[in-house]
This record gives sequence, C-alpha cells and structure tokens, in this order.
Amino acid sequence: MPAWLPPPAVLAHLGLILVVFNMLVLSAAFMVWMERKVCAYIQDRNGPNRVGFEGVLQPFADVIKLLFKEELRPKAADALLFAIAPVISAAAAFAAFAVIPFGTSTTLWGLLDQPIPLQVTDVNVAVLVIFAITSMGIYGIVLAGWSSNSKYSLLGGLRSSAQMISYELSYGLALAAVIMLAGSLSLREIVLNQAGTWWGFIPRWYVFLQPIGFLIFMTAGVAETNRAPFDFPEAEQELVAGYHTEYSSMSFAMFFLAEYVNMVTVSAVATSLFLGGWLGPFLPDWLAWVWFLVKVFLILFFYVWMRWTLPRYRYDQLMEFGWKYLLPVAVLNLLATAALILWIG
Amino acid sequence: MFESILFYTLAAFILGFGVLVVTARNTVHCVVFLVANFLCVAMIYVMLGAEFLAIIQVLVYAGGIVVLYLFVVMLVNLKRGPDAAPDRRRQSRVGFVLAAVMLAEISAILVYSAARPASAVAAAAATPLQTVGNTEVVGMLLYTDYLIPFEVASMLLLVAMIGAILLAKKEI
Amino acid sequence: MLTSYVPIFIFIVIAAAFAAFTIVFARLVSAQKPNAIKLEPYECGIEAAGDARDRYSIRYYLIAMLFVIFDVETVFMFPWAVSLGKLAVFGLIEMLLFLFILVVGYFYAWRKGALEWQL
Repeated sequence: MPAWLPPPAVLAHLGLILVVFNMLVLSAAFMVWMERKVCAYIQDRNGPNRVGFEGVLQPFADVIKLLFKEELRPKAADALLFAIAPVISAAAAFAAFAVIPFGTSTTLWGLLDQPIPLQVTDVNVAVLVIFAITSMGIYGIVLAGWSSNSKYSLLGGLRSSAQMISYELSYGLALAAVIMLAGSLSLREIVLNQAGTWWGFIPRWYVFLQPIGFLIFMTAGVAETNRAPFDFPEAEQELVAGYHTEYSSMSFAMFFLAEYVNMVTVSAVATSLFLGGWLGPFLPDWLAWVWFLVKVFLILFFYVWMRWTLPRYRYDQLMEFGWKYLLPVAVLNLLATAALILWIG
Repeated sequence: MFESILFYTLAAFILGFGVLVVTARNTVHCVVFLVANFLCVAMIYVMLGAEFLAIIQVLVYAGGIVVLYLFVVMLVNLKRGPDAAPDRRRQSRVGFVLAAVMLAEISAILVYSAARPASAVAAAAATPLQTVGNTEVVGMLLYTDYLIPFEVASMLLLVAMIGAILLAKKEI
Repeated sequence: MLTSYVPIFIFIVIAAAFAAFTIVFARLVSAQKPNAIKLEPYECGIEAAGDARDRYSIRYYLIAMLFVIFDVETVFMFPWAVSLGKLAVFGLIEMLLFLFILVVGYFYAWRKGALEWQL
C-alpha cells in the first residue's frame, strides 16, 4: 500500500460515509416510488408501471426530466438566499443521519485489524445532535419562503416554520424520556440497552416502557417532517405548493429529496430509540442491519399509509393540538417516567 | 498544530460573519450571517470538548433565538432600514462608547489573568473536563451546586413569557 | 473527543456539495429561456399584485417567543434526565419546582389566548 494513503481504518470510514450517503439518496428514490405505488393501490389504480419492473425506475426518470427543466427565479427574489435555501434543506436533512447506528460492526471480512462500527460516527451526545440538526432544518424552509417573494411561498414558509418549532418541543421531551430510561445520550448505547427479552418473548424495547413517549415522538415526527395529516407547508388547495412554489428543476428536487430523507431519518431515530435498532432474533450479528432496514421500512410504510388515509387538519387545530395537548402530555410523560424510575429504582 | 490552524480559521470565519452581520444591507441577510456565526462558535466549543455547550449554542441560539429574530425582522418588514435613523453621528458616538467599554472589559480580563499565578491558570486549563460525556457533569453541577441560579432561571423565563404576551396583547 | 465530530462535518459537506453540484449542473445542461412573464411570482395566473413581503400576524412572533422559552426548558431537561439516577428524589423535586413556575406562565399564556389560532 503506498505511503501517501491514509491508514485503512480511515479509508474504510470514508467509504462507509459514502455508502451511507448513497443509501440515503437511493432510499429517498425508493420512497418516492413506494409512495406513488401505495397511493395508487389505495386509490384502486396501478400507479407507475412503465419504467422498469412495476415502475421502480420511475424516480430516476423523474430526476432526468427535472434535470433538463428550466430553472426559474422570480425577478423580485433574493438571489443569494433563493440559491442557498435548497442546499440548507438538503444538508440538514442528511446531517442528522450521521449519528444513527444501523448495525454492529464489521472488519470487512478480515481486511481491517480493528472492526469499525456500522455508523457514520458515534458521538456521546448523539440524541442532542439529532435534536440540534432538526432545529436547523427550519432555515431551509423559511428562507425559501421569504426569498421567493411570492405570497404562497411566504405563507407556506411561515406556517411551516411555526409548525416545526411548535412540535420540536414535544419531540425533544419525548427524546428526554428515553434518555432517562437509558441513562445515556449515545444512540449506540441506547440501542444496546434494549437487548434481551422479558419472559423470553417480549423484546426489551423502549416502546413497551414508553408507549406514550413513542406516540408523542411519532406525532411530533410527522409534524416535523411536514407530512400528512400535518402537511400544511404544501396544503395545495390553499397554498399551491407552499414554500417551494417558485422552485423548479433541481432546486425543487432538493426540497423533495430533503423531505424524504427527513422521513427516513425520523424513522431511523424512532427505530433506534423505541424499537431496538438493529437488534432482532434469527439473524447473525453481521446481518443485524437487515432488522434495522425492516423496522425503518415498516415505519416508512406507516407514514405513507397515513398520508393517503387521513385528511389534513386545519392549521388552527394543528397549532392548538401541539401547544395545548401534546406539549403538556409530553411534560407529564417525562415527569411520570422520572417518578416511576425513582420509585422502582 | 492542526488544532491551532482549525482554531484560527474558525476565528477568522466568526469575525468575518460578525462584520457581515453589522454591514449587510438586508436585515434577513444579517440574520442568516448571524446563524453562520453561531454555528462557527459551536464548532469552537466542540474543539474545547464542551459538547453540551455546542449543542446548546446550535439548539437555543441558532435554532431558537435566531428564528425569533427572523420572525421579528420579517414581521416589522423594514424595507428601508438606515433612513429611518437619520442621526448617524449620534449612532457612531454611542458605538465608540460601547467599543471603549468592551475594550476595557477585555483588558481587565487580560490584567486579571496575568495577575494570577501561572500555575493556577495551568491548573484551570488542565481540569479534567470529560471522559464519559460532559452532559452528565453539567447536570450534576447544575442541579447541585448551581441550584439557585437554575430555579431563578425559571423566573426569568416566566418574566420573558409574560412580557411577550403583554407586548402582543392588543393584537389578540 | 474532537475527532468523533469530523465525520458529521464531512457528511454535511458531502450533502451540501451534492446539492450545490446537482443544482449548478442542472442549470448548465438545461435550456434557459427566461422572459418577463415567466419571472413573475406565481399567483394562479392572475397578474401579481403588490409585494409579498407584507406584515403578517403577530401570532408568529408570539409562537417564536414561547418556543424560545420552552426550548430552554427542554434543554434543561436533558442534563437532568441523564443524571437523574444520581440526583434521586431531590432532582425530581427541583425539576417540579422549576416546572411549576413555568406552568404558571403557560396557563397565563393559555388564558390570555396566546395559544389560540382561531380568529
């Protein structure tokens, strides 16, 4: 091996980062396909079925189409912010996945001396990093809305950011309840704490200890990712396409990508915190990531199912629900968890 | 070596964004530069091993307070900022006074740290900050030694909340 | 300590570079034929009227203000949650006291209608 190359562990780590990044992009493409297909079956039609087997390649065809579309920017728009808003959105969406563990560790069939964990990086405040990065995602949306100088965009951006900050609180409090159970902020430790079973058949997942926390987290997660039934930023009947009304071509595609990557990330966080991450029976250690994928897929499917089943809320209902019900319940859940932990010991 | 290069690069970015915050014409641009500035400061905290503080910097300052700024800036919607305050001379005089106060403060810190014996400074610098995660350390300190400030903070938050509602009350 | 954050930074840079590259690349390969009407902001086909950046409801300011306050509260929860085991019952009482004062503010906001959205 030439001397100028970094050590194999570093190379393997860089390779892992690239693999994770590509998997995220591909999963977003897969999600677009799945969403259209599931929607179609729910509505008793076929959905995309021309490009590739059952239309699997449809997202790629869409990307190629978008690539050659004209990029328009309203003349009164703020050029700088209009250009960077989709980049901020995409970067924030991807960044949070960096701390999520998705498997045990690998030596790449003995190529490496030290096994590397299947995770971009294991920081000991991982849960807080996710929370912090989530809070950065607002900027992409609010700046896109403001810089477009279009009424629909501005209203969409404002609504969306107000919605996101309102639900971020409950999201954070649900995270805190799990942290209290695990006594750690590292996602890898939180997952490992969920190993084993009760009475031999119920896995020790935190969803069973924190059912209310799980519901709060999922509800807040749906609102954070701006998905139906909380998809107000793009309530098409009233706001056309919300904050990205004026975006076209690849800039639009970046918002689209960010939305789906955010969904994948929220599902992955939910899997790690409440569903035992990569832990599962039957599979050998080196295939444990399959369980992770299965669990994330099930949550994603639930997301899609929900979108095509539930009608959209009204905005005032959404805000009042967030502030008057979800927030107090989240605080009470946390306090009750604390009291129970201290009582049981 | 690597750390000092990183530090000076970050310091340059922080200063650069700081200057942009003050000089940018468009108030929304100012706010965006402020976010960038805060993120660079957070990276300095990470370098110091103060992870929890870095997270707070991003979460509360960049993700909370600046969102509030952004809302306020968009709410008052200043189309022409500087013309509204024509008395520029008075502004610059106030600016000089503030700069002088700041300078005095910094030199006071310098004198103070120079007056301390070197060993004390070294000991302070060598305090073991963290090995397992300083969030726990912060928690223990905050909820035992700094209990009173913590409870007082809740009063501060209460005052801020009531103040904001009173300010906006006529509109509701 | 420091090094475990480098991958996050790399990841963000890759994502931002990917986004910037695709956007610029699309601009280079696609046909750009702008005209005055295309560059108008979209208003359902009707001619755009007035500036979009108008004043809007004070509620957004209030929500942001309340968010900052409760965000700080949430942030206090994290170190508390991690070290609850050592703080024991004393920690719980402290947090109840802290929250009690905030709950007063919360009910004040509720009574004053700061949480209402229906006009």
